[in-house]
Amino acid sequence: MSDPEEKSKSPVTDSLSNREGLRVIGVPRRRVDGRAKVTGQTRFADDIFLPRIAHCKLLRSPHPHARIRKIDALRALAHPGVYLMLTGKDLPIQYGILPVSQDEQALCVDHVRHVGDPVAAVVAREELTACEALDLIDVDYEILPTISNPKEALATPEPRIHEYGEEGNIHKQVALEFGNVEQGFAEADEIFEDTFFYQGNTHLPIEQHASVAIKDPDGKLTIWSSTQTPHYLHRALAKVLEMPPAHIRVIATPNGGGFGGKSDPFNHEIVVAKAALLLDRPVKICLTREEVFYCHRGRHPVLMKFKTGVKKNGTITGVHLQTLIDGGAYGSYGVASTYYAGALQTTTYHIPRYRYEGCRTFTNKPPCGPKRGHGTPQPRFGQEVQLDKIAEKLQLDPGDLRLRIVEAPNTVTANFLRLGTVNLTECIRRVVKASDWKNKFRKLPEGRGVGIACSAYLTGAGLPIYWNKMPHSGVQLKFDRGGGVSIFCGATEIGQGSDDVLASIVAEVLGIDPFDVRLFTGDTDLGPVDLGSYSSRVTLMAGNAALQAAERGKALLAEAVALKLDLPKERLRFADKRIFDSAAPEKGVSFAEAISLAEARFGTIGTVGSYTPPKSPALYKGGGVGPSPTYSYSAAVVEVEVHSATGWVHVPKVWIAHDIGRALNPTLVRGQVEGSVYMGLGEALMEEQEFRRLPKRLSHALVHKFPSLLEYKSPTSLDMPEVVTELVEDPDPRGPFGAKEVGQGPLLPIMPAVANAVYDAVGVRIDEVPITPDKIMKALAEKKAGRNPRYGPDHFPHVHWPEALRVPPPWEGGDGNAINDVHREKPRAMKEKVLAP
Amino acid sequence: MATLPIESQKTAQIRFALNGEEVDVSFAPYKTLLEVLREDLGHTGTKHGCELGECGACAVLLDGKPVLSCLVLALECRGRQVLTVEGLSVDGRLHPLQDTFADLGAAQCGYCTPGILVTAKALLDANPHPSRDQIREALSGNLCRCTGYLQIFEAVEAAMVRMAEKEEGAP
Repeated sequence: MSDPEEKSKSPVTDSLSNREGLRVIGVPRRRVDGRAKVTGQTRFADDIFLPRIAHCKLLRSPHPHARIRKIDALRALAHPGVYLMLTGKDLPIQYGILPVSQDEQALCVDHVRHVGDPVAAVVAREELTACEALDLIDVDYEILPTISNPKEALATPEPRIHEYGEEGNIHKQVALEFGNVEQGFAEADEIFEDTFFYQGNTHLPIEQHASVAIKDPDGKLTIWSSTQTPHYLHRALAKVLEMPPAHIRVIATPNGGGFGGKSDPFNHEIVVAKAALLLDRPVKICLTREEVFYCHRGRHPVLMKFKTGVKKNGTITGVHLQTLIDGGAYGSYGVASTYYAGALQTTTYHIPRYRYEGCRTFTNKPPCGPKRGHGTPQPRFGQEVQLDKIAEKLQLDPGDLRLRIVEAPNTVTANFLRLGTVNLTECIRRVVKASDWKNKFRKLPEGRGVGIACSAYLTGAGLPIYWNKMPHSGVQLKFDRGGGVSIFCGATEIGQGSDDVLASIVAEVLGIDPFDVRLFTGDTDLGPVDLGSYSSRVTLMAGNAALQAAERGKALLAEAVALKLDLPKERLRFADKRIFDSAAPEKGVSFAEAISLAEARFGTIGTVGSYTPPKSPALYKGGGVGPSPTYSYSAAVVEVEVHSATGWVHVPKVWIAHDIGRALNPTLVRGQVEGSVYMGLGEALMEEQEFRRLPKRLSHALVHKFPSLLEYKSPTSLDMPEVVTELVEDPDPRGPFGAKEVGQGPLLPIMPAVANAVYDAVGVRIDEVPITPDKIMKALAEKKAGRNPRYGPDHFPHVHWPEALRVPPPWEGGDGNAINDVHREKPRAMKEKVLAP
Repeated sequence: MATLPIESQKTAQIRFALNGEEVDVSFAPYKTLLEVLREDLGHTGTKHGCELGECGACAVLLDGKPVLSCLVLALECRGRQVLTVEGLSVDGRLHPLQDTFADLGAAQCGYCTPGILVTAKALLDANPHPSRDQIREALSGNLCRCTGYLQIFEAVEAAMVRMAEKEEGAP
């Protein structure tokens, strides 16, 4: 038995000692929806078949950039079995996930911007009939010049891909300075300048996007869809269809994997909704795998330059980060992504002065958006690889260097992010110890190496996507006389365990079993709004809402039971489906009886709970991206074997420690960590969303190099290494039972840890992701020739940056506002609402 | 030569054993086993991720062997035995693989799960004591994007133990 005093002294304890008194939370359990998933009964969107269902297919542009002169659909409409044909003029209203970039049309009216942009829809009795009819639609295009990458976009202001944005084909520019970074460099002993390139990659959920829409018997609209954000889809449908939101019901079916790829309102969702209303019959669409690749909204390709000043002891004196971001053809979450690419650098290590300049350009490729880690894995890669170089130059162990500079808990950073608990130090110590780092780093034989890296991530975006002061999550509970509890919440199950989070919290508070709970989630009609499964927000936000609702229900039950048992209600304990006297446990009532007593006393028992994040101290324009109630921390050590003749990288083992606050269900938490490691290894070593140009006679089309699951390489069961997962549990008072996020953070250290391990193994720097054998071979050839043993971008192009908003950091007396913002006097609601997945 | 529109093509009719029960089904002859299972027989437990034989989500057992149902014409299944995830449980009890997958976190989103379950069943039927490497090899055609596979391996191994215990305990 450990000494309880000893325990209270240590902020970091293992999961077992955190569990006192908890019956559900912290216990490794079967998830509440586990049975449905192993019996094939989980109903995904494409599993919905309804009588009279019709099938929809979209005609997509074969050109990357063109004007639509004319669409002739007569032959398609005459095809047997075709019910309906829609074009852009049927759905002309623009929409988009962010209020600042409402730049999409469900079907392009007169302008296509990437291969795969939809121009017409056919609805037919059979799916193949709809496919046949697509071939009968004649579209007359006027081909426009195309832009394939951000450098071309900077050099080619005309023709514009969009009529909005900063100028030319620049969508968004950000320039922020927190303290005088040049002074920081002047104080440094060493200055490091490095450029990195992070190739784009995609989510690759195994479930292809699917939607089914019907006109309800009362004339309203219902749509089932594989969406992570039913509330935002609800808003987009109301806007484009010009219907009152009250007449639209969005049901987010469980997603067969999301990873951020189902977070935008999609054209196909709007099209089937419109078709169902017009035809008064169910209409379904399921994208092909190739279409999913062209839907994309995945990781932005980012070129970046890090300039960092350090003291000899490793202390950072200033960081200047520049990013050039390939946005693809639409805004999507891109404005937020541009801010995110500069937002979280300050959350891991103390950075006293920081300057960020980011530039997102439009290109004629499928739009990029949020993928697991949204906007932050790219700069995290650069930062962590550069730290490895800094450690080497300063002759410090890279683990020790990081331990010296870890940011303190409960700090407000230079860019005014308020941190919660920070257990990065413990994470680093754990992976260093578990991996036997000290005996491996720079000591393994040639060809084998280890690398270390760290990261942090939001536990929920602090601001909603559209400006409002309402809660980010709401939960209603209904108590049944039979002893059951029903949870109603908009939270969306995408595989991460959102239903299990809600059920376990409610069950823990009420002393019942999670399987006694029924869940009605992801449905805009049944439950109060939850903003969606993005930004790792569900555990903390929906969890806190559930906690509040459950505590309120508990109070009602306790009052009724206390009266019945003639006890002070403080003496009552809720556990094992009973409510009893904690001093005499045999004296009590069953949970069902307690509900009956409460119902007799108060009437029908139902409670609500909601959660609104704390206000952020970041008041400057753009300060809406990055704040979170608290941040998770991760550290990873990756071991690699690099084959010098082929450049092939084999990863035998990964050690990762994650600062989770508290693991609500350790089985699921471990799954999120290992799934993150898996996805991180895919990004590090093989995954790339790459495009190639077809010849000019084919309009210089920019087509995906390999839009298939076979050719887009992702790790298989044969590639997955052994993973040692350590959960660091230091309950954060901001989270339900102290829980922080786990869905995204553990992905972030993997890519830089792989790059650092490759350097340890064979002495070459691959400053680019993915780290493929050809790049390693090129760098090895450079090494052999006595040149710089490196593969990566050699310069950062000239970008005309706007004047930076200057925000003095807290330690220079800053109040969170910019001191040179000419728009500063405007009320906050009038400012740009950039916000934050 | 232009082919006839889909609408004017005749349907085919076959009988086969689905999860141990004889079924008669008529369908458009171009349809794959995957499509007939899902669209014509209402067995939506079998999923699809590519319909090109690349992801393994649509795996079913055909005469006990794992096949990708998106690459099998339904017409090829006349008179044969097809086992899907819906047929894994016996007498209302989950197959040990289903229990261990649910208990040990081997199913996150659950989309690849049906294909992995039947593939793992075929493995354990053929080799009741596979090594970790044999499990990796057997499942290498089934992509999972959520779990990182490790909890899947552990669930297969746990089921293997349970099945062996059951076997030993049998009279």
